[in-house]
Amino acid sequence: MTENKEQPVVQMRSITKRFLDVTANRNINFDIFAGEICALLGENGAGKTTLMNILFGYYTCDQGEIFIKGEKADLSSPKDAIARGVGMIHQHFTLVPSQSVLENIIIGTDSGRGFFLDLRSARDRLLEIQKRFGLQIDPEARVWTLSVGQQQKVEILKSLYREVDILIMDEPTAVLAPSETVELFKTLKHLAEEGRSVVFISHKLNEVMEISDRIVVLREGEVAAERKTGKTDVRELANLMVGRDLLERIEKKRITPGEPVVEIEGLTALNDKGLEAVKNLKLLVRKKEILGVAGVSGNGQTELSEVLFGLREPVKGSIKIGGRLLRAGSPVSAINLGMGRIPEDRIETGLLMELTVEENFILENHVSPGFHRSGLLSFNKIHQFSDHLIRGYGIKTAGRDAAARSLSGGNLQKLILARELSGEPTLVVASQPTRGLDVGAMEYIHKRLLQEKERGAGVIVISEDLDEIFTLCDRIVVMYEGRIMGDVPIGEASREQIGLWMSGVRK
Amino acid sequence: MIGEILNIAFITGLIGATMRMATPIIFATIGEILVERSGVLNLGIEGIMLMGAMTGFLVTFISGSLWVGVLAAALVGMILALLMAFLSVFLGLSQHVSGLGITLFSSGLAMFIYRLHFGSPVIPPIVQPFTQVAIPLLSKIPVIGPGLFDQYMLTYIALLLIPLISIILYKTKIGLKIRTVGENPLAADTVGVNVNLTRTLCLVAGGALMGTGGAFLTLAHQNMFLIDVIGGRGWVSIAMVIFGNWDPLKGALGAIIFGFLDGLQLRLQGLGFRVAFDIFLMIPYLLTIVVLVGVSRKASVPAGLLKPYRREEKGG
Amino acid sequence: MISIRIVKREPLPGWARILIPIAAIIVTLILSAIPILIAGGKLWKSYYFLFYGALGTRFNLLETFVKASPLIFTGLAVAFAFRAKFWNIGAEGQLLAGALAATWAGIYFTGVPGFMLLPIVMISGFLAGGLWASIPAILKTKLRVDDVVSTLLLNYVMIHIMGALLFGPLQQPGSSWPRSSEIIEAAKYPMLLSKSRFHLGIPLAFIAVLIILFINKKTIFGYQSKAVGVNIKAAHFGGINTTSVILLTALISGGLAGLAGVGELCAIQYRLIKDISPGYGYSGIVIAMLGNLHPVGVLFSSLFFSVIIVGAQTMSRMTGVPYYIAEVIQGMALMVMLVFLLFTEFRIRVLRK
Repeated sequence: MTENKEQPVVQMRSITKRFLDVTANRNINFDIFAGEICALLGENGAGKTTLMNILFGYYTCDQGEIFIKGEKADLSSPKDAIARGVGMIHQHFTLVPSQSVLENIIIGTDSGRGFFLDLRSARDRLLEIQKRFGLQIDPEARVWTLSVGQQQKVEILKSLYREVDILIMDEPTAVLAPSETVELFKTLKHLAEEGRSVVFISHKLNEVMEISDRIVVLREGEVAAERKTGKTDVRELANLMVGRDLLERIEKKRITPGEPVVEIEGLTALNDKGLEAVKNLKLLVRKKEILGVAGVSGNGQTELSEVLFGLREPVKGSIKIGGRLLRAGSPVSAINLGMGRIPEDRIETGLLMELTVEENFILENHVSPGFHRSGLLSFNKIHQFSDHLIRGYGIKTAGRDAAARSLSGGNLQKLILARELSGEPTLVVASQPTRGLDVGAMEYIHKRLLQEKERGAGVIVISEDLDEIFTLCDRIVVMYEGRIMGDVPIGEASREQIGLWMSGVRK
Repeated sequence: MIGEILNIAFITGLIGATMRMATPIIFATIGEILVERSGVLNLGIEGIMLMGAMTGFLVTFISGSLWVGVLAAALVGMILALLMAFLSVFLGLSQHVSGLGITLFSSGLAMFIYRLHFGSPVIPPIVQPFTQVAIPLLSKIPVIGPGLFDQYMLTYIALLLIPLISIILYKTKIGLKIRTVGENPLAADTVGVNVNLTRTLCLVAGGALMGTGGAFLTLAHQNMFLIDVIGGRGWVSIAMVIFGNWDPLKGALGAIIFGFLDGLQLRLQGLGFRVAFDIFLMIPYLLTIVVLVGVSRKASVPAGLLKPYRREEKGG
Repeated sequence: MISIRIVKREPLPGWARILIPIAAIIVTLILSAIPILIAGGKLWKSYYFLFYGALGTRFNLLETFVKASPLIFTGLAVAFAFRAKFWNIGAEGQLLAGALAATWAGIYFTGVPGFMLLPIVMISGFLAGGLWASIPAILKTKLRVDDVVSTLLLNYVMIHIMGALLFGPLQQPGSSWPRSSEIIEAAKYPMLLSKSRFHLGIPLAFIAVLIILFINKKTIFGYQSKAVGVNIKAAHFGGINTTSVILLTALISGGLAGLAGVGELCAIQYRLIKDISPGYGYSGIVIAMLGNLHPVGVLFSSLFFSVIIVGAQTMSRMTGVPYYIAEVIQGMALMVMLVFLLFTEFRIRVLRK
């Protein structure tokens, strides 16, 4: 625990950062003290990551000053920050999959004699650090062979190897199983006990309450509040973060599910490395039912969604939608069988960012009879269709001719939603539907998915966010290493049970 | 006929021709591998080689020194590579289009400067080219000796470059930086490696090698400059990079295989087969495509290739 | 310390899109002064003859159109392929394939009624170019062979196929040169204006611009090919058969390049020779980029290029500046245009500390 009268190790003064028309940080003051775990809390887009990227030297701020350990710091690149003991672990790891753990850790450290790498002494030093912090990883292992949790350890080791004493972690638990999170928290506490400082960026209230000593809440680019962790609670934090009561739940109607819309039998699929990612999977979803597929990332959910979307050919098994067989590896078949598909990687898979909003709307149905006559697009009907969707889904855009890339994240997801739901699908598969969205957009997407269920569709929601699963779903399955660990109706599900399943523990 | 093909003089000659024809491809392939491992595809290679060939010839013609010519060719390669770096690294323009731009520009420039200096003579001007240097003892080994160890100095240099660049890439600090910049520029940036500087340096070093490879063609392989002297060898080198899976050793092996095919068609032409020589000339290109078909499915492209790196991409 | 960064800018207004190519051309012409001065040319005199040679007389002006015809075809070919991110650098080889097929048809299809022959010659040229381009497209879609490399290498393969045929079956009987016999009269393009070489291929090139514009803007295929170019993964996700879109794109692209070859053969040379194209296929790449991959842009940049190419001959004659100045200007034009295009999206920011 730290007292405020102590001299902070980092002082950020009046930091302002603008991107084009958006002000990501406005006049922010932020301190970090030695030996504390400070949580930086805020919803997506509140400016947490931007602020820390400025401290890390990755962005330069438009206004403001930074003092590290009492000295004014001009940070023009991460190199400057690292030299002053500031390290940051981004949400997307910055590792080279084809290289060894050791190579990933020592790059740029200039250890070794002159021109050549000195792998042997670097290895000795790494093993020593590993022992001290209990972070066991084989230094010779190629990074692509490691699990996400292990890769995070490599990232932490990378910082420790550079003798970082101010460690910033951006949403570190998003990719971890509950048991791995426990382990991570232990490591972070160990670091703080040694007198190092940890900044923990998160939007998850419970987590922040558990790990931090002090909480700084950001809202819309400004500091909304600062609290000692012991002197606040989840409800107050939620209010501070969103500006209104977050804990109000969306109303979920109880509906009895109807006949099956999708039946998956004995499904086995490989991942990109050629390893079995989905193993002999069996799943059934009924009309008017939302099934939540929970699990830690990398347990086959991505591959499962790709098989459903027609993007990945399974090696075995069958998928029936409304009683009809889905042709393996055919997106057209998925579309024709009435599947609304919301891909997890919306920009890479779901959108044509350089094209207009309208051109994105017609991606799947430009070949349907209404929209063309003998090969020529019928623009009148297409315009009507586009305007109808823009209005119906409240998409904020300059118009149907605006480039998709000019839309915000939430509106892009609405665009996909509008396209995919416009054909009244019998089955909706949504993979990480609200990842990275702000609370407003998230609530909207949730409401829409619930409407689909009420209309009579079957819905599969694949998500790593347990809150989302509990908010939306009628039934939960947990995927672990490509298999279904458990299957439970929402009324009987407990977070503890789900957490155990996610860690691969069957009770 | 078969006897004629298999006699020792023929095989020795073929080995020699293989190494000779492979030399410019080795230079260019190794240079391109260095560049691509840092994440830049340099399609300027064909034009840079042509400028190297022209510059090497012109400077030798004026100065009378072959090595001054080679150095000038390397220097011109570096300058053009800097232009490529300005377009594709600093400005972050499409690597495909920037490279093609460099090739078109350099090709025009090479012909322009050549004509400016020599006009349009009926008989093309020539220089006294490099002569082969026999390595004592080794060149006396029967059959392979005279083929492998009685070669041009530039050929020996090309062969020495293969292990040298391998060691730089895999055993040195700068090599680890280059590989990381090529695989994941963000990872390199976040540990303080200057991504764009690393890429620029690789381009410049690669440009020197490409220019030298071009100069070999006008100063050793031939003794004059003709408009089609490169004849697609730059593009072949790009193919050899893929064939070698971005590894200097395997890439150079591909270059030697190409050199063998090129040498073989020259030798077979010499034997006077009654087939149009264009058929022979086509074989190396055709086989290069066939080889690409074989390796492309399992190619492990540097993950950062073709992607310009800018730090502040965030729009909102 | 000063550091320079390139950052995104607000989108430019529509008029800037038209102004930018014009500005790029002006800057290119200014930069061209450097090689002209080095070559000892007097600046104003050189520019005068450059434009006089291209536009000064009726004949010169019509010659500029004659030169523009193959450039429009290859420029369209490259632009159409690049729009779908099929990196067709092989327009040169496809042009030769078209010329080869047209030669063959123009010499041997003597039994066909006269009015039918020209369409047949053109169709065979189109198909030959298209099929030659579909080889790298198949290699790309089925075997993941890099299209840049394969299209480039196939250029050399086609040059040597042509060489082999010109020294073999297609060689003019009794000749020792690598050239074919002349095609028959009915296979030649009609001349449309007297005392000039203003031939059928010129209006055809303009019509091709309109057709490609129509395909791009109005048809399902045009939409699909654009979608594939922008994001092939999303296009596949959306149910577009990306393989057949790329194949058809290649076929049309190669066919357009093939028509450039047909025009050169049937309107200019009348017989196949090794030098039938002075690199029109490669110029097509620059033209496509300068025209921002838009058919109308291609039209205007082709006209600009033919001014340079035709004018450079007069300039070279009158001032002694080597003719290859035309190629230097082409290369510079591409690079200047690239830089200008960049600044439609980005701007340079200078940070002082």
